[in-house]
Amino acid sequence: MVENRRWIDILTHVVLIVGIAIVALPIWITFVAASHDAVRMTQAPLPLLPGGHFWENFTATLFGSGLSGTEIAPVWRMLLNSLAMALMIAVGKIAISIISAFAIVYFRFPFRMGFFWLIFITLMLPVEVRILPTFEVVADLGMLNSYVGLSLPLIASATATFMFRQVFLTIPDELLESARVDGAGPLRFFWDILVPLSRTNIAALFVILFIYGWNQYLWPLLITTDTSMTTIVISIKQMLEAAEQTPQWNIIMMTALLAMLPPIVVVITMQKLFVKGLTETEK
Amino acid sequence: MLKRVHFPPGILPYLLVAPQVAITLVFFIWPAAQAIYQSFLLEDAFGLSTEFVWFENFVALAEDPIYLGSFGRTIVFSAAVAALSMSFALVLAGFADRVARAATTYRTLLIWPYAVAPVLAGALWVFMFNPTLGILPYFLEFMGIEWNHYLNGNQAMLLVIMAAAWKQVAYNFLFYLAAMQAIPRSVIEAAAIDGAGPFRRFADIIFPLISPTTFFLLVINVTYAFFDTFGIIHAITQGGPANATTILVYKVFNDGFVGLDLGGSAAQSVVLMILVIGLTVVQFRYIEKRVQY
Repeated sequence: MVENRRWIDILTHVVLIVGIAIVALPIWITFVAASHDAVRMTQAPLPLLPGGHFWENFTATLFGSGLSGTEIAPVWRMLLNSLAMALMIAVGKIAISIISAFAIVYFRFPFRMGFFWLIFITLMLPVEVRILPTFEVVADLGMLNSYVGLSLPLIASATATFMFRQVFLTIPDELLESARVDGAGPLRFFWDILVPLSRTNIAALFVILFIYGWNQYLWPLLITTDTSMTTIVISIKQMLEAAEQTPQWNIIMMTALLAMLPPIVVVITMQKLFVKGLTETEK
Repeated sequence: MLKRVHFPPGILPYLLVAPQVAITLVFFIWPAAQAIYQSFLLEDAFGLSTEFVWFENFVALAEDPIYLGSFGRTIVFSAAVAALSMSFALVLAGFADRVARAATTYRTLLIWPYAVAPVLAGALWVFMFNPTLGILPYFLEFMGIEWNHYLNGNQAMLLVIMAAAWKQVAYNFLFYLAAMQAIPRSVIEAAAIDGAGPFRRFADIIFPLISPTTFFLLVINVTYAFFDTFGIIHAITQGGPANATTILVYKVFNDGFVGLDLGGSAAQSVVLMILVIGLTVVQFRYIEKRVQY
C-alpha cells in the first residue's frame, strides 16, 4: 500500500481473521455437531471441538432411513431430487433466455418490444408474492409432485435474458455481416458464432442459477406433498420439527452439511465464474 | 440498443421467444392477474360463494392492526438486516482492500455463505441459539442474559436479523471490495502525500467514492430482506412468538395456506407486487445513472 505502518498491517489481518471466524462460526458448529454421537448432543454445554463419529453419522445419514420416527425420504434420494431440480432450472433458464435474447437483438419483428416488456415483468413478480394463484395454476395443470412442476414455473427469467441481450449487443455487427455474406442462416449464426462467443457468460450464469435452483425452498415446500419428491433443503425444516420430540442433532446437522455442501463447492471451485456471474446479472 | 443489421423477419423470431413468453404468461401473468382479481373478492367461511367487494379487502388490511404491525416489523427487519450486513461487509472490505495480494484469499474464505440456502442458515442459527442446548445461550448465561427466542419476541427478531444478515455479508463484501479496487490508486496516493492517514482516507475519499455501490447494495439488501428471507423465518420462529417476526411475505403465506383467507392473502400479494415494482424502478433508474459515468 501507500505507506508502511506495521501496526496497521497487523490490525488489518486481525480484523479480517476475526471477521472470517464470525462468518465461519455457524458452519464450524454444524460440522462439530455432525461429528458427535446422539447422546453427546443432548448434554449441555455442547462440544466446540469435533468428535470421532463423523463417518458413522455420514453413512447413517446418507444411506440410512434418516431420522428415526419420521417419514422422510432417504437423504440420497432427496439429494438427487435437489440435483435434478437445480440442473433443470439452470439449464432451462439459460436455454430459453438465450434464444429469446437472440430473437430480440437480431430480428426486427412486430411486437418485439411488447415481448421484451412482457419478459421484463417477470422480474417484478417473485414467487413469494404470488404463491397462492401460482400454486392453483400448477395444481390445475396436474404438475404437483413432479420435476416439471418443481422447475418449470421458476424457469422464466428476465435477468438472464437481459444479460444475454447485453452480451449480444457488444458483439460487433461485422460478424453478422460476414456470416451473412458467407451464406449462414440465423440458426447457423447462433450456433457457430453467438453460442461459442458467450461461453464464459453461460458458464458464469450456470453457477449462479445452480445455486438459485438448489436453494429453492418455498416453491418445493408447497408443491411436493409426496415424500419421495422432497428436496434436501425442505427436509431440514421437517427434521427441525421432529427434533422437538426426539433431538438427534448429529443427524440433523449432518443433513444440513450435506445440503449446503454442493452449492458451497460450486462457489469455491468456480469462484471466478461465480463473481463474474454475480456482477453481470445485477447490471 | 439496436443492431444495424438484422435477419429477415419471419416465423423464426416468434418461435424463439415462444417458450419464454409461454412460461411468463402461464406462471407469471395469469397468476398475477388472478391475485389482483381475487383481491376484489370475498369468500364466505365455507368457500361456497364469493362476492365482488371492490376494495374491501384492502380497507380491511389497512385497518387490521396485525397487518400494520407486520408492515412495521418488516421495515425494522429489513433496515436492520441491511445496516448490519452492509456495515460488517464494508469494514471487512475496507481492510481487505489494503492487502492487495491476500485479498483474494480472504475473499474465498468470506464468500461462501452466499451459497447457503436461507432455510439452512435458519437451521444453523436456531441450533446455535437453542435455549436448552445451544452454545451461545450457554455463554450468554454467564453474562446474566437469559436467552429464549421461543418466548421473547425481541430476541426472536434479533435472531432472524442476525441469520439473515449473516447470509448477505458475502454478497455485500464482494461488491464493496470490487468497488474499492476500482478506485484509481493515484487518488489514494495523492491523499497520502497530503498527509491523510489510512482512516482519514477511508472516511474522506474511499467511502464517498463508493457511495453508488452503497446505494445499489441498499436496494438489493432491502429487496432481499423483504422477499428472500421466508426460509429463515420459517425455520427459526414461524413468525412467532405472538407474531413478533411475522414479516409481510410470511404473512401472505400464512394467511393463504394456513389461514385459507384467499381474498386477504391476494390483497397482500397485490401490495407486495406494488412494493417490488417500486424497488425495481428505483434500482433501474439508479443503474441508468451509473452507466453515464
